[in-house]
Amino acid sequence: MYSDKMINSMAKVAETRKSRIGADPARFTADEKSKLLAIYHPDFKEEAFSVLEVGANKGGKVPNELHDLLQGKSRMLGKEIDLEDVKYTSDVLVIGGGGSGASCALESFAAGCKVTMVTKLRIGDANTMMAEGGIQAADKENDSPAQHYLDAFGGGHFTNKPELLKMLVGDAPGALQWLNNLGVMFDKDENGVMATTAGGGTSRNRMHACADYSGAEIMRVLRDEVKNDGIEVVEFTSAIEILLDEKGNAAGAVLINMETGELMVAKAKCVVLCTGGAGRIHYQDFPTTNHYGATADGLVMAYRAGAELRDADAIQYHPTGVAFPAQMLGALVTEKVRSLGAMLVNVDGEAFMNPLECRDITSASIIRECSDKNKGIETPLGTAVWLDSPMIDMIHGEGTLLKKLPGMLRMYQKMGIDMREDPILIYPTLHYQNGGVDVNADSMSTLVNNLFVAGEAAGGVHGRNRLMGNSLLDVIVFGRNAGKCAAARAKETEMPSKLSIDHINKFDAAVKASGAEYKAVSPMLLPEYTNIKNKGTL
Amino acid sequence: MKEMVNIYVMGKLYSVPAGLTIMNAMEIAGYKHIRGCGCRAGFCGACATIYRIQGDNELHFALACQTAVADNMFIATIPFFPTQKAIYDINEVKPTEQIMMQLYPEIYSCIGCNACTKACPQSLNVMQYIAQAQRGDYATCAEESFDCVACGMCSNRCPAGISHPLVALLARRLNGKYIMPKSEHLEDRANAISNGEYLDALEAIAGKPLSEITELYNHREIEKK
Repeated sequence: MYSDKMINSMAKVAETRKSRIGADPARFTADEKSKLLAIYHPDFKEEAFSVLEVGANKGGKVPNELHDLLQGKSRMLGKEIDLEDVKYTSDVLVIGGGGSGASCALESFAAGCKVTMVTKLRIGDANTMMAEGGIQAADKENDSPAQHYLDAFGGGHFTNKPELLKMLVGDAPGALQWLNNLGVMFDKDENGVMATTAGGGTSRNRMHACADYSGAEIMRVLRDEVKNDGIEVVEFTSAIEILLDEKGNAAGAVLINMETGELMVAKAKCVVLCTGGAGRIHYQDFPTTNHYGATADGLVMAYRAGAELRDADAIQYHPTGVAFPAQMLGALVTEKVRSLGAMLVNVDGEAFMNPLECRDITSASIIRECSDKNKGIETPLGTAVWLDSPMIDMIHGEGTLLKKLPGMLRMYQKMGIDMREDPILIYPTLHYQNGGVDVNADSMSTLVNNLFVAGEAAGGVHGRNRLMGNSLLDVIVFGRNAGKCAAARAKETEMPSKLSIDHINKFDAAVKASGAEYKAVSPMLLPEYTNIKNKGTL
Repeated sequence: MKEMVNIYVMGKLYSVPAGLTIMNAMEIAGYKHIRGCGCRAGFCGACATIYRIQGDNELHFALACQTAVADNMFIATIPFFPTQKAIYDINEVKPTEQIMMQLYPEIYSCIGCNACTKACPQSLNVMQYIAQAQRGDYATCAEESFDCVACGMCSNRCPAGISHPLVALLARRLNGKYIMPKSEHLEDRANAISNGEYLDALEAIAGKPLSEITELYNHREIEKK
């Protein structure tokens, strides 16, 4: 399976392994970090971004692929639909069935609202399910929300929205308590002390985990709870546009049955977008760790409805995506592998950086190693560096990797690799949308009333770079926040009488007037991976 | 020239490059997934698949996103299987033996055929964790079933109609909430924050001018692993 060059390089990695145990390579200085990012991080590649011609962010730049979707052709144009024929009526309409959607639905329901959740695939088909590494919360003696704030603010290059970040870190212990009380099995010792590790850019060991199934464990419990509450969940049904009322407030959505294509109308006092990220758009042709439905649908719908985005040009490339073997290209290798001590090592067996730098810095440094430094390892589809996973059992004792990273170990075993014995080849992979819809502390869009946004679809809390373990935390804290705030708002809001899609026609006219051309139909809904030369219409 | 293999998607022949996962191979063949595809990384259980290599009597159970195609592979995807979830209030149930009897009585009809275990793409010992649930040993059941992705293949094969993933989920929730030791430090911290502690320090740091907070960040002490 391995090439001769790989085998030679692997021998060098094994040779230097012992000498690297206990070593702590110097961290980059602030100046070195800025230079690394500017030269090697994909966000700094100018030709990969375009300026928006219409909408609230007119004049701002976003990745080319997102540009074409934000200014894409609505699936509603040319379609006749009777907006009076309402299929679902609720106080709170939750769009998306991941961690934030489920948390939101539970809180709105608990506040006494009638809740409808619509989700493009199944409830739980979301990036939350795939979050392996953990969830941050400052619950240890030597830690505090202020320290958590400092780490996340610095990691975000001081661009985070303070009112959101304060809530994230301040509500973190309560969020974990909520999950624990629902029955989430966190890793802890016989005295109940949570097992915590470091993540890239954290100054305290505050990463809580459920082995390397952290997100899966949280998601399956939340999903079970949504079902116990009897909340209406409509699966394989995607929103394709937000509906507004006469005042321009969000008042529902147009839905499409993903299997039959039937269009339907949902009416609600408040709408919550929990639609997640955009990895499946494959910015700059990067592979992605994201689930199948991560196609930025929420950003597109919110933007057409008049919402403003922030940091939509700040994309997170996870430093450690599978680079070999090819069939798993881009799949996530959790940061926990580095948390547990595995080093990043080049073709010559040298640890070329401290393994616990922030994600954007680490990705940039790996890209430098594989390009200008020419110290990468050739793979069939590019170049890569080693992540020296056998170090984990050497540091923490035999059996640690099996206990702490069972999912990872299994994934590699299925590909014929035992990561306890041999290092693995990794390269940055498209992982997370740092920005999103601009929201206030009530999780409501700054420009569209009654439109709430939570989780990866919202921007601001992470600034331009998110730390490991803050996204699982984000979906819980802000899913719940949006659920509570939307419920409170719904209580003082009349059920909308008239629904409208005028904003879609206006957006269409604005795109045409700007001279921009439609390059895509949006929202995308699902990526296209089929490969048929001559495709007819059935 | 790439090495090609013949696969049969629901009985229909396609020639696809060797080395691809079943999921990728179906896409290359022209299938756009709506069902049967979720996380594409082995966590969500959407892509449960049964296959058989032509001429071989053995049936194989796999996740399409985690399994490579092989020559003469007959593939059936099972994107949905009707399991039955019991409705309960997690604050009312307790980790007693009786609770399984009340909520999932069918587990006591297990005939010990072990078809569930053989069908698990995660290589879990499913029949054993069901036995643990029968005995009320939820802590062990929870540990044994922890890597379950709820693909439902076990239930598909079960002659007693057991919904194994849901039984395991109840056991894990009982374990996480009632059996595992309480995390006092977490409770204490969450309560302290509810009482307003820590918030002044948080406001203070958030209120600092950028130059000062940058300085604090660049020189913060980093806890050793």
